[in-house]
Amino acid sequence: MRKLLYILQKEFTQVFRDKAMLPIIFIIPIVQLLVLSYTATFEIKQVRLVVVDHDRTPESRDLVAKFSGSSFYKITNQVVEYAAAAELLKKGKADQFIIIEPKFASHLVTDRKANVQLITDAINGSAASLMSAYATAIIGEYNREIVVAITPLAGQSLPIRVEPSYWYNPELNYITYMVPGILVLLVTIIGLFLGSMNLVKEKEIGTIEQINVTPIKKYQFIAGKLIPFWVIANIDLAIGLLLAYFVFKIPVIGSVWLLFGVASIYLVAILSIGLVISTLTNTMQQAMFISWFFLVVFILMSGLFTPIESMPHWAQIIDYANPVAYFIKINRMIMLKGSGWPDIQNEVVILAGYAALLFTFSIWRYRKTV
Amino acid sequence: MTERGNIIEVSHLVKKFGDFTANDDLNFEVKKGEIFGFLGANGAGKTTAIKILCGLSEPTSGIALVAGFDVGKYPDKVKERIGYMSQRFSLYNDLTVKENFRFYGGIYGLSSAAIKERTNYFLEKLEMEKTRNVVLSEIPLGWKQKLAFSVAIMHNPQVVFLDEPTGGVDPITRRQFWEMIYETAHHGTTVFVTTHYMDEAEYCERVSIMNEGRIVALGTPAQLKEKYQAQSMNDVFIKIAR
Repeated sequence: MRKLLYILQKEFTQVFRDKAMLPIIFIIPIVQLLVLSYTATFEIKQVRLVVVDHDRTPESRDLVAKFSGSSFYKITNQVVEYAAAAELLKKGKADQFIIIEPKFASHLVTDRKANVQLITDAINGSAASLMSAYATAIIGEYNREIVVAITPLAGQSLPIRVEPSYWYNPELNYITYMVPGILVLLVTIIGLFLGSMNLVKEKEIGTIEQINVTPIKKYQFIAGKLIPFWVIANIDLAIGLLLAYFVFKIPVIGSVWLLFGVASIYLVAILSIGLVISTLTNTMQQAMFISWFFLVVFILMSGLFTPIESMPHWAQIIDYANPVAYFIKINRMIMLKGSGWPDIQNEVVILAGYAALLFTFSIWRYRKTV
Repeated sequence: MTERGNIIEVSHLVKKFGDFTANDDLNFEVKKGEIFGFLGANGAGKTTAIKILCGLSEPTSGIALVAGFDVGKYPDKVKERIGYMSQRFSLYNDLTVKENFRFYGGIYGLSSAAIKERTNYFLEKLEMEKTRNVVLSEIPLGWKQKLAFSVAIMHNPQVVFLDEPTGGVDPITRRQFWEMIYETAHHGTTVFVTTHYMDEAEYCERVSIMNEGRIVALGTPAQLKEKYQAQSMNDVFIKIAR
């Protein structure tokens, strides 16, 4: 135990002496949280719309006015023919275009039926379906107004009225959803990189040899490598939670202690993955590449951006082994819903199992011989 | 020193890396308190042998008893009783002199009072008190080598292994280094040292000379010079290694 304290003292001294590391450890997570929370969003606020109005009547202009009046739309161009609109879409200068047929107004009056065509850049499928849904809603509203104008009684007495109520995030604010996930992201990055770089750095500069010739126990050395970064990552989480509270007005609804308890278990798992990588590699470059690989896979599959439920079945199975997915789920539950221990215990037990397994494996894998 | 037993006993030690045999059937003993020179050309297998004796590398076959324990079976028992100074400088360049002493003293289990006392002892002896709070990266190589040696013997080991401790060091510092080696041996710690400098071989009580993984000569410098009819250890070495 005394030996462990000497190792911790040495590790902390080195971390705080490294003037390049300090900003990496404390400033970068803050920047990440502030920048990513605003930018990692699927909301589309300004669709750039091109209008191809072949009709040019008050009716067609009414429809266009519906779009220009919507906060989701910005009409960038009015062109006279399809080819020009298609060109704008191709060049990426517009997201969507609407074509109003030549006899739109007269068809509305005589046939009670008219056509508009909606063309959307669907490279990003989910954005495209959102834009399509926006446009359909606007056209739908225009439709209803016309129906009301023609048959005044319709539309006023629909039998079923839906009254939606949005729980846990009543303003449907995307930031509220993203912040707990991004907090997990930043402690994961810190944990995995610091964990995987530190031990292999000693291998690279040769200091490990002097350590390996001492009677130090393997578990003492590995624990000495884990604890400092475990403390630092927890401090980063605390800073992140304060920023979430003061900058984004997202308080932790559940227990803060429970949150840190889970984070502590989670960080043992993540740091142990880093240490395992460290024991398996010989240079920081190798460790860096392997850490990146795991980090990218873990994060993209974590449900941070896309729901796990909509991933293919095999991916959902793989996610049972993804600690990031567990902690993002738990963190959103505690922070946004105020979930307590009974709601998250299954996930926490699995995380604890991983942490114990990975920590033991990293000790076993560390070799005091060359 | 009466009755000198053996601190190191090596018998039929073999180390292979694939098809390459780095150590081929080594057999030798080192007596307690002795200064034992372990000589050989580059690539002769000296560092490989030292790493096995320190428990950093496992032998392919054969037995090495160091400080009373079979190092292949009880590496940690051996590690408690030995000191080691690597060929490649391996103290922490980003820690101060004092912090390096404190760290290694701590993991060898010295009390904090003992750490303080030993640190003061070495700094005084090396006349390096002013560098106590200087980070190692700012200290010249020769001084760093002396520090590395001090750290290696800080816990009063029974035997200390020095792997080319004077490589790249100026003649005056080399001289001081050998004074430290003598003093260490005088206090009862066996010194097992490898070197390229044949004048240094003359300072050893006994030397072994390795060539292509085998020990080809073993004895006191005087014995070897007589046997090979050479004026100096340098001539002995050239006769053997060619």
